[in-house]
Formats: sequence, C-alpha cells, structure tokens
Amino acid sequence: MFRRVEAPPSSSAGTDTFLFETREIPFRPGDSVAAALLAAGVAAMRDSPVDGSPRAPYCMMGVCYECQLEIDGRQNQQSCLVKARAGMVTRRQRGARTIA
Amino acid sequence: MSGVWDAIVIGAGPAGMAAATTLAEGGMRTVVFDEQAAPGGQIHRAVERNARDAALSAVLGSDYAAGAAAAARLRESGADLRFGTSVWRVDTDRSVWTRAGAGIVCHKANALVIASGAMERPVPVPGWTLPGVMTIGALQILLKDAGLRPDGRLVLAGCGPLFYLFAAQCLQAGATELVLLDTAAPGNVLPALRYLPAAMRGRGPHYLWKGLHLLAKLRRAGVKIHRGVSGLQIQGSRRAEAVAFNAGGRPGRVECDIVALHEGVIPAQQIARSLDCIHEWDELQLCFRPALDRSGETSIPGVFIAGDGGGIVGAQASAHAGTLAALAILRRADRLPDAEFLARHAAARRGLGSHMAIRPFLDRLYRPRREVLEPADEVVVCRCEVVRAGDIREAARQGCIGPNQMKAFLRCGMGPCQGRMCGPAVSAIIARETGQSPAQTGYYRIRPPLKSVTMAELAGARAEE
Repeated sequence: MFRRVEAPPSSSAGTDTFLFETREIPFRPGDSVAAALLAAGVAAMRDSPVDGSPRAPYCMMGVCYECQLEIDGRQNQQSCLVKARAGMVTRRQRGARTIA
Repeated sequence: MSGVWDAIVIGAGPAGMAAATTLAEGGMRTVVFDEQAAPGGQIHRAVERNARDAALSAVLGSDYAAGAAAAARLRESGADLRFGTSVWRVDTDRSVWTRAGAGIVCHKANALVIASGAMERPVPVPGWTLPGVMTIGALQILLKDAGLRPDGRLVLAGCGPLFYLFAAQCLQAGATELVLLDTAAPGNVLPALRYLPAAMRGRGPHYLWKGLHLLAKLRRAGVKIHRGVSGLQIQGSRRAEAVAFNAGGRPGRVECDIVALHEGVIPAQQIARSLDCIHEWDELQLCFRPALDRSGETSIPGVFIAGDGGGIVGAQASAHAGTLAALAILRRADRLPDAEFLARHAAARRGLGSHMAIRPFLDRLYRPRREVLEPADEVVVCRCEVVRAGDIREAARQGCIGPNQMKAFLRCGMGPCQGRMCGPAVSAIIARETGQSPAQTGYYRIRPPLKSVTMAELAGARAEE
C-alpha cells in the first residue's frame, strides 16, 4: 500500500520493531505508530464501537481519531501522534475503552 | 520558573512560528505548544529533518523547504518550545491546560496566540469510513513525516491547490498507477473570473503561474484525469476497492488500493469555539471563522488567532498574521515604540494583503459542490457515532432546532473526535432543512477536554512552577 521514497535497505538487520497484535512491525526513527503500521500494510486499526466496522487513519494529523490503538496497555491512543519506540506493544482498539 | 508567561502560542506552524519568534525577540517570555515533535506545522512537517534528505527534498519542493528558515529563527529566538504537547483546555482568562509525557499542566499568560491552523474539509461520501480512504493531506503528511508514498493503484479525488500539488509530488516520487478525479465544478469558472483582476495584484501572479505550471506538468505526464466529477461512491466491504463516479454526466468506475479525498481546508475551530469567541459565516469559503480585528484579536481581550485558524489565508499569509498578532501584543506591553510598531505593522499588513490577493479567486474556483456540505441521506456524516445525513434531516424535520440539540437527539458530534469531522455537515444540513442561514444555525458548542485526557491524568494536574 505504501513504499518509502528512498530505496529500502538491502537487509532488515538492525531495524527496530514494535509489536502489533502478534506481528513485529519494523519502523524508522521518527515514524509515528500509525505510519509504521501503514508502511507494513496494516489496513485497519480500530473497530467502530457503534457498528464494529473496521476503521483506519483518515487525517494523520490528530483530528479524526480513527487511528486509535491500545499502546502499552493504554487504550484510545491516537497512533498518528505517538512516535514508534522499540519494544512497544500495540493492539487494535476494539470497541469503546473499558473503564477499570 | 513561574507558571505565568508573558505570552503563550498554541501551534508551531507558519503563524505560530512567526508569532512566537517576534514575541521572544521582542523580549517576552514566550512558550509554544505543539502536538508534533518539531516546528513547521502540517505544511512544513518534519522540514528540519528532511533538509538532509535529498530524495525527499526533490519531491517536496522549495516552498516546503523554505519552512526550515522560519524553524531555525524560532529555535534561536529564545522562545520555550514544548513539542509533543496537546492543548486540551483554554480558559478566557488565558489559562492553557496541556497534556504531555509529564502529565497535565496549567499555564497562564497575559496574551495568547491561537495558531492551530486548518484542517481538511471533511468529505462525507458513501464508503468514506472504509480503510484505504484518507485525505490527500494525510497522504502528504505520510510523505513528509515518514518518506512514504502510496504504492499500487491510487485515486485522488477532489480539487484545489493541494490536490494538484500532491498529484505532481506523487509523480515525482515515482507513483505510476495514478488516476485523478477532478471535482471542480465547471460552473465555478465564470463566477471565479470576477475575482481574477484582484488576483493579479501582489503575489497573485506568482501563485497563478505556479498553478498553471502544476497543471501543465500533470498534462505532460499523461496522467489520467476525469473532469467535472461528482457523485463519488467508494466501494468495498472491509476496505476501499473501487471508486464509482459521474464525470460530466457519464458514469465511471476505477479500481483502487488507496483513495484520497480533498475539498480544500477550513479553520480548525475547536479552541476558539470552546472560548465562545464570536464566529462569522464566510460565504466565499463556505466555513465559519472567528471575528478578528486587524491584528487578529478575537472578541475576547488578549486572545489572538493567527493564520488559517482565523479564516483560510495560506502559509505565507499566515506568517504575516502571526507577526501582526505578536506586534499588537508587544505594543500593548509597552515593549515597542509607536513608530516601530506602526512601521512593522504596516509592513506585515502589506505582506498579508499581497499573499491574500489570489484567495477569493481560488475560493470561488474551487468552491466545493453542495453534495460535500450536504451529503445524500445514506452517507455517514458522524463517523464516530455512525449517524447518517438522513437521520439528521429527519430530526430537523421533526423540529430539532440546532446542532446542539442534534447531539442530544442522535449523539452526532459526541464521539472521540468531538464533532470535528461532522460539525460542518450537521450545521449545513440543519440550515437547509430549517431554511435558516448557516450563521443563524450556528455550530456545536465545544467544551473541554478538547483532546482525550484520563481521570488519572486530571488527578495529577498541577500548575507549572
């Protein structure tokens, strides 16, 4: 769906990754979590809490809230505004946030 | 350091950078908040980092790269720059509540410049909630921020300067499977010509030449362009698979991997609305904008709005608007002699006017079709709460008197985006059904928290000391 403007490095060795569900997602320094997921071909990031329909980033600038994920145990995080870090654990935001 | 600043600037795009630089250089203790990690705003997003990337710089062009100079001057100005920081509440006494890694902090200033810029006009069409549908601005942000360009079959649907610019940038970045659906209404051309003489003043000819150059570039490249497009429908079950449309009366359909929409930009109103600043309906730009004086001061004393947040003016004009607000604040604080104030204010007003000369022509030429503001019944208008245009029409017919009562009836505008995506359409649909003007209909009452905060974060809130 997306590709980097420069040629990709010949080997993925040394590339940092974070976890999305069960998948290791490589990223570049400076990538937002949403950008790294789109680069890795992840299509949907949350399910609508109203009708369960799959949703994905629409605006990439913090306005639409469609990129919300669970990041390191915190729900409803706008993944277009969070920089990717090695070892992060992210999951799809399924439905509404639970209140513990 | 005390929690009280001389000036707070919200947003580090062209207007915010200029305002904060001018304020700090004028000797005011100034703090800048921005959600992003670096200065530039969306227009110059990641400009400092990309200056070192030859491949990306070639794609993004010189107007983009010019933002690096403003960012450098801001960094040298002495202003305190707080990135990765969201503003979630602003009070009329100029208290500004932020949320960042360090939690929630309340700052206060004698003067406040809101430079929160623009957002893309939401384009509610059938299927626009499907994954694979984004705005053109979102794709451009991915290009600037992550060096990502769309791969595969790309459909760009819309009109306006960013539409053509991004199409050209895609070509430059090596995109090959590109189809353009140009939604500019042919009927806009004649009314727009009325504004052409005025557009020949100031920097107008520069922008016109740039636009013609872009159009010629797309033509030379042989990009497939359908013109006079209306009735967009995005098809697909779990993601966007095709776009159906009507091009000048003939039906069309293109299969796609990504579709991006763009019908111009509108002011990001959230902060100004939450302060209850007086707003006006702009009939040429088809959006609400706050009422401002010649320096950008709102109806609330000491609260200024600079740049696209005060009505769409463009990046260069926004920088002048930021300067104007800062000069007025410096003058009021007795930090600027009269003569210097008058000279610099006049120069910034001239700069603003020069870059604004083209604006009415562009606004009229790329005026969105009625279906963008008032979509068909089956279209989801409120993405968060899945409320359709037909639901809003029906409630209005049953006597719902305005956008705020509509929230209570249908929950539209009450999801996480807090009405940012549905507000324009909800107001437009109600106005049509009730026969009132948009100004009479008004807009959602916006209340904090303007961005999500947790109860735990609230419990830990503190004043900066």
